[in-house]
Amino acid sequence: MTVAIDRATGKRRGDRAPRPGLGQRLKHGYQKHWYAYAMIAPVVIVLGVLVLYPLVYGFYLTLTDANSLNTARTIGVNEIEATYKFIGFDNYADILWGETAYDRFWSHFIWTIVWTALCVTLHYTIGLGLALLLNQQLRGRTLYRLILILPWAVPTFVTVFGWRFMLADGGIINSFLETLHLPTPLWLEDTFWQRFAAIMVNTWCGVPFMMLSLLGGLQSIDSSLYEAAEMDGASRWQQFRYVTLPGLRSVGSTVVLLGIIWTFNQFAIIFLLFGDTAPDAQILVTWAYYLGFGQQPRDFAQSAAYGILLLAILIVFTSFYRRWLNRNDPQLAI
Amino acid sequence: MSTATPPEIKDDRPVTPQVLASSRLRPRGRGENSRGTSVVSHGILIVASLIALFPVAWLVFLSLGPDKDDYLHPGGIWGKMTLDNYTFVLQETKFFDWLTSTLIVTLGTTLIGVIISATTGYAVSRMRFPGYKKFMWVLLVTQMFPVAVLMVPMYQILSELQLVDNYLGLILVYCSTTVPYCAWLMKGYFDTIPFEIDEAGRVDGLTPFGTFGRLILPLAKPGLAVAAFYSFLTAFGEVAFASTFMLSDTKYTFAVGLQTFVSEHDAQRNLMAATAVLIAIPVSAFFYFVQKNLVTGLTAGGTKG
Repeated sequence: MTVAIDRATGKRRGDRAPRPGLGQRLKHGYQKHWYAYAMIAPVVIVLGVLVLYPLVYGFYLTLTDANSLNTARTIGVNEIEATYKFIGFDNYADILWGETAYDRFWSHFIWTIVWTALCVTLHYTIGLGLALLLNQQLRGRTLYRLILILPWAVPTFVTVFGWRFMLADGGIINSFLETLHLPTPLWLEDTFWQRFAAIMVNTWCGVPFMMLSLLGGLQSIDSSLYEAAEMDGASRWQQFRYVTLPGLRSVGSTVVLLGIIWTFNQFAIIFLLFGDTAPDAQILVTWAYYLGFGQQPRDFAQSAAYGILLLAILIVFTSFYRRWLNRNDPQLAI
Repeated sequence: MSTATPPEIKDDRPVTPQVLASSRLRPRGRGENSRGTSVVSHGILIVASLIALFPVAWLVFLSLGPDKDDYLHPGGIWGKMTLDNYTFVLQETKFFDWLTSTLIVTLGTTLIGVIISATTGYAVSRMRFPGYKKFMWVLLVTQMFPVAVLMVPMYQILSELQLVDNYLGLILVYCSTTVPYCAWLMKGYFDTIPFEIDEAGRVDGLTPFGTFGRLILPLAKPGLAVAAFYSFLTAFGEVAFASTFMLSDTKYTFAVGLQTFVSEHDAQRNLMAATAVLIAIPVSAFFYFVQKNLVTGLTAGGTKG
C-alpha cells in the first residue's frame, strides 16, 4: 500500500516528499538537508582539517622561506619561535626559472613525464596482451590468472626489496647476464640503469591491475558482436580493431586515468629502490619528499611549492583528459 | 554517464577432448584456437607467469640462507637451508611490535574510513542538498592529491596537535586519503539499490538515519567490503607518511620496519627476506580472496559518476 501511494504521486529521487504548503515544504527541506549535512559532516570535518587546511597552510608556506631551522620547534625545554618570513612568489620563480632550475625542476619534470608515459603504455599494452590471451578458451586459464595476479597481491614494499636483492651488483640478474656474456650494468648506481630498473619494477607491479580490469572489460563485450563480425567476413585483426577496442573504451579510459595518476604519484617504488642514492632518478613526488624530509636543513617552503605545482599539473591534465573523453564519446563523462 | 560495470571474471568452460576434437572438423568459433596459436599462447603465458613468480620465489629462497651475503652467491644456500632467520625475526626483533602497530593503524583506518564514507556515500546518493556539486568536486580532486602536497603542512599541524608518533594521527592521515575514494565507491554502490526501499522505510516511519542503518546498510555489504579492502590495502602498503610520522621504532608499521634492517653500515638481508616473507604470505592470501571484488569496485567507482 505504501508503495502504491508513492507510485501514484510519481515522486522519486530527490523529490520524494509530498508538497502540501510552503511552510510544510520549508520544514521538509530543512529536515532533508539537516540529515544530509549530518551525514556528510564527518567527512567534511576530516577533509577540512586534514586536507583543506593543510592545503591552504601549505600554500602559505610556499610564499615564505620556511625550513627546519626557522620554524617553531622545541629543543629540550626551550621553545623556539618561528622566524621565517614572507617572500611572495620567490619560491615558484626560483623553482621554475631560477639559476639551477633545469637541474632541480625541469630535469625531474621531464623524467616524471617520460616515466609516466612509458610506464602506463607498458602497463596497458602488456596488460591488454595478457588479458586477450586469458580471454581465450585455454587449458589452465584460471591457474595462469592466479599466478599473474601475484605481483599485485604481494605488498609493494615487500616486492621492491626482493627486486633490490636481484638488481644488486652481483645479484641474480647480473650473474645471469654474465653467464650469457652480456654487459652487467650497475642497476642501482648508474643513472640510466636506475631509471631503467625503476620502470621495469613499476611495470612488473602495475600490469596485473590492468590485466584484470581489461579482462573484465573483454568479458563484458557482447559475444553476438563477434558473431556478426564473423558473418560479415571480418578477419581476427578487424574484429580486434572494430569490436574489441571500442568495447574496451569505457573500462580502458578509467584504468588509464587511474594508472596515470597512480604512476605520476608513485612514491614507494622509487623511494624504496634507491633511497637517497639516486638524485637523478627521482620523480617530482620523491624529489619533493627529499627536499622536505630527506635533507638537512629541511626545506619546507620549496617542498610545499613542488607539491602545489604537482597538484596544478594533475588538475590541468585531468580536466583536459575529461574534455577529450567527452568530445570523443559524450557517454563517458567520468 | 556510463554505469557499465565489468562483470565478474568467469571461470573456465570445460574443455573436453570431444570439444577439442570436433573443433578441428567444424569452422572455429570465437575463442577456439588452432593448435599453433594455442601453443604460442601457452608459451607466452608460461613465460609471463615465470616473470611474475620469480622475484617472489627468489625472496622466499633467499630467506632460507643463513648468511646476510647469501644473495650474492645463492648456489651455496642449497647446502645449508635453515629456518633460523624466521626464528630470529620472530624472537629477537620488534616483529610483533610492528605487527601490532600495523594492525592498529590499518584496522583503525578501515573502520573509521568505511563508517564515515558510507554515510557520506548514502547522503550523496540519495539527497540533493545545497553545495552538493561542490562537495562532489572536492571529493574528486582530493583523490588525486600527491602525498607531497600535504606532507609538510600535515606534519606541522600534527605536531601542533601532539599527534606525531601517534597511531590516531596516522589513522586520520590515511582516512583523508582513503575516504574520498571510498565515498565515491559507496555512492556508486548505493545508486544500484532501488530507491523504493528508502521510500517504503520512510513511509513506515523510519528517519533517514533509520532507513540507512536498518535497510540500506545490510543490503550494501558487498560495497562496504570493497571499500574496506581498499582502505586496508592502502593503509597497509603506505610508506611515505608512515616513515615520516612514526618516530619510535616500536610504533613502526611493517612498511617502515622492514627498512630498519638496512642501515648505512650493515644490511641484514637474510633477516629482511624472512620478515618480508612473513608479511607477504598472509596479505597475499587475503588479497586472493578479495581481488575479484576489488577490480570490479575500483573500475566501477571510476566509471560511475
